[in-house]
Amino acid sequence: MSDLVIAGRTLRSRLIVGTGKYPSHAIMKACHEASGTEMVTVAVRRVDISRKTESLLDYIDTSAIFLLPNTAACYTAADAIRTAHLGREAGMSNWVKLEVIGDEQTLYPDNEGLLEATRVLVKDGFVVLPYTSDDPVMCRKLADAGAAAVMPLGAPIGSGLGIQNPNNIRIIREQATVPVIVDAGVGTASDAAIAMELGADGVLMNTAIAGATDPVAMARAMKLAVEAGRLAYLAGRIPRKSYATASSPLQGIVGS
Amino acid sequence: MTITLNGDPHELERPLTVSALLAQLEIDARRVAVELNLAVVKKVAYDSSMVKDGDEVEIVNFVGGG
Repeated sequence: MSDLVIAGRTLRSRLIVGTGKYPSHAIMKACHEASGTEMVTVAVRRVDISRKTESLLDYIDTSAIFLLPNTAACYTAADAIRTAHLGREAGMSNWVKLEVIGDEQTLYPDNEGLLEATRVLVKDGFVVLPYTSDDPVMCRKLADAGAAAVMPLGAPIGSGLGIQNPNNIRIIREQATVPVIVDAGVGTASDAAIAMELGADGVLMNTAIAGATDPVAMARAMKLAVEAGRLAYLAGRIPRKSYATASSPLQGIVGS
Repeated sequence: MTITLNGDPHELERPLTVSALLAQLEIDARRVAVELNLAVVKKVAYDSSMVKDGDEVEIVNFVGGG
């Protein structure tokens, strides 16, 4: 099975995992190992001056796992651009998972702000991976603006609803000139497999693993699902038909 | 003198470099990014960038996120 390549970086795993909301840092680390991921997302936040807290980075093997800073909770292009620059300095890489959020309840992207921020950050030398609506036209505009990949949502962040518009994900993959990573909305392994069967080049998830009753087991399930879905996509599924076609020969039936 | 540090007033005895500020706060400079009056300070400039009265300083790091 071929590797995923984004902006010249090769990833052997097509599963990108978050670092938020795990029961503990130790469980997060075990999940990352079980998932086989080579890229994890991180958020950029103010250091707590008054209180010494454990560093997240003590629990990520950055020799094996690449850090992808996000701009989560940014509601304007300006805030996202500012956060991306801080993330670049903190992490010493020019990659960013770009989020410009447009609505608090759905956390749906503000696509106008997203496109604007993509243009600016590409110009500033960033490798931009925008979290976007599952809209083929928007994905094309983002790729045209220089995005290194497009990351359409499967469903609202943290909702676990699964892929709500499979046809759009399929169309986005058919039309896109850059890798397509389904980002957000996965609830369980079959959702990840469906995303991959639709042709997605990868899946990004956080809550589906971190919030599972047994996060480490779910991380392994997701690894297998992403691999299975990719294999099934490459294998080429049979066409759907309304009626049965026998699998056993119709000749030589006893009593005929 | 008073600076604004991560949104809150913070007292300092005298102007100091970004490196010295981080040391005083016991923060590992390798794991953070610093903004001085809305401009990101490159790590190579920590020793030469001065924090003065009235400055706005943001110190950020990576936390868990999706």
